[in-house]
Amino acid sequence: MTLAERMYLPAILGGLGITIRHFFMKKPTIQYPEVKRYLGPIFRGHHVLKRDEQGRERCTACGLCAVACPAEAISMVAAERKKGEEALYREEKYAAVYEINMLRCIFCGLCEEACPKQAVYLRHDRMVPVFTERDQVIYGKDRLVEKLDDRYIRNNPDAQATPTEPTLSRSVG
Amino acid sequence: MELTVLVIKSLVILAVFGITLLIATYSTYAERKVAAFLQDRIGPNRAGPFGLLQPIADAGKMFFKEDFIPAQANKWLFILGPCLAMLTALMSSAVIPFGDSIRYGSFEVPVQGIDVNVGVLYVFGVVSLGVYGVMIGGWASNNKFSLLGAIRAASQNISYEVALGLSIIAILMMTGSLSLRHIVNEQNGFFQWNVFTQPLGFVIFLTCAFAECNRTPFDLPECETELVGGYHTEYSSMKLGFYLFAEYINMFTSSAIISTLYFGGFQYPFMHQVHDALVDSLGSTVGHNIATGIGTAVLFGKIFFFIFFFMWVRWTIPRFRFDQLMNLGWKTLIPLSILNVVLTGAGLLFDKFKYATWLIVIVMIIMAATNAIKAPRRKPVTVPQL
Repeated sequence: MTLAERMYLPAILGGLGITIRHFFMKKPTIQYPEVKRYLGPIFRGHHVLKRDEQGRERCTACGLCAVACPAEAISMVAAERKKGEEALYREEKYAAVYEINMLRCIFCGLCEEACPKQAVYLRHDRMVPVFTERDQVIYGKDRLVEKLDDRYIRNNPDAQATPTEPTLSRSVG
Repeated sequence: MELTVLVIKSLVILAVFGITLLIATYSTYAERKVAAFLQDRIGPNRAGPFGLLQPIADAGKMFFKEDFIPAQANKWLFILGPCLAMLTALMSSAVIPFGDSIRYGSFEVPVQGIDVNVGVLYVFGVVSLGVYGVMIGGWASNNKFSLLGAIRAASQNISYEVALGLSIIAILMMTGSLSLRHIVNEQNGFFQWNVFTQPLGFVIFLTCAFAECNRTPFDLPECETELVGGYHTEYSSMKLGFYLFAEYINMFTSSAIISTLYFGGFQYPFMHQVHDALVDSLGSTVGHNIATGIGTAVLFGKIFFFIFFFMWVRWTIPRFRFDQLMNLGWKTLIPLSILNVVLTGAGLLFDKFKYATWLIVIVMIIMAATNAIKAPRRKPVTVPQL
């Protein structure tokens, strides 16, 4: 080191200059629970069991999603559609019980790819909420099937337009 | 002593005590905020508006943690260590003149805990006692790492106290008094501030103050990689809190002492004109008291700047190695401060010239500049284009 370098002080002053510049810089922090980033149209979040245009459940309980699932998080019980239930279920066979264990799920999206009926999707606009109790972990049909008044559309034009999405900041539960 | 004087005096002492504690509390918050801002983060903002209740939450957490005393530790010394650290940290702010004086009827009470005529010596005595808190705590823990950390802290504090004392001697020679109030009064007028008469002494004092407070770049007593934790490895709960808190109180007092010794204390440019104008318009009691208040506010502004500076430096400079620390202390700062004393003395003998130490600064700048010019240029590294 030269003598000038060994005096340290010029270098220290330079360093102080650099850090004080950062002091006044705009912070990139996003205030997470209040403000959420838009994670893109292909984010894999909360599972949804889709209904078709007439509001019938699409799932036919073929079990391909359960086979595809690498974490073995999906289980289901199939049942046959009775007469008079045509408005509820699209296919002749349907899932009477459809459960996803959210502790096992790794959100890989393979169930989505495996589904031949376009029934199961991972929503891009909603995350699985944090759970604190074990009995909150297994999601049944009550929490998975799409609500008729809250249809899920993957290509949501609003979602792409806004950087922080209103649906993400709404509490899910 | 009259009762009114006693009451005002005790109020001043209580206020100084309370303000010291309050500022130390909010220094922890400020530290986290400043650290965050210097690193492009936001920092604590959950507890209360802007996270202002964060220190209270931290203190609550500290209180509710298990207060653990190791089985083989020397119990009483183990408890005494943090108490002593806290006590010595709180004691040194007693002699700092926070303002001119408060007039009340026919009384005139200085805004200062105690106006001892050996103020500087008092500060030094108390600061050297601070080593005991660390050393006793580290030894009583009966843990080799704690002891090593304590020894490191003690050797660091003792080595830097020498340079700290030597750098002040030049000021004492110029002032001819050990009283901090006298030193402040001597610095009336902007260019009479000791930072202008003693630039080198100021740099040495500042460096040593960092070392005395165990702040970065000299925070060697605490070290996770080498010492598990440092002298407070075995401490938990509020005993650890006391050690950490004592560090922040030390930071406040050393900022106050730096402002007092080098930045004119409660003096500010055109102070006398402001004082006279206030006395003329509001009367000699109220006007004088308001002028004192302005001076105190100015002093606190300086103190806050230095507290900020402590944090700013902490998040800028990486720490020294221990041998570098010792080299800097013994081989650089002590000879420089002796040179400083000699030159100041020569200047004072030769026609009371106060700015003699600028000679060292100029010589240093010239040497550094010539050295930098003569030094072989490093070839700029060419990055191959990908």
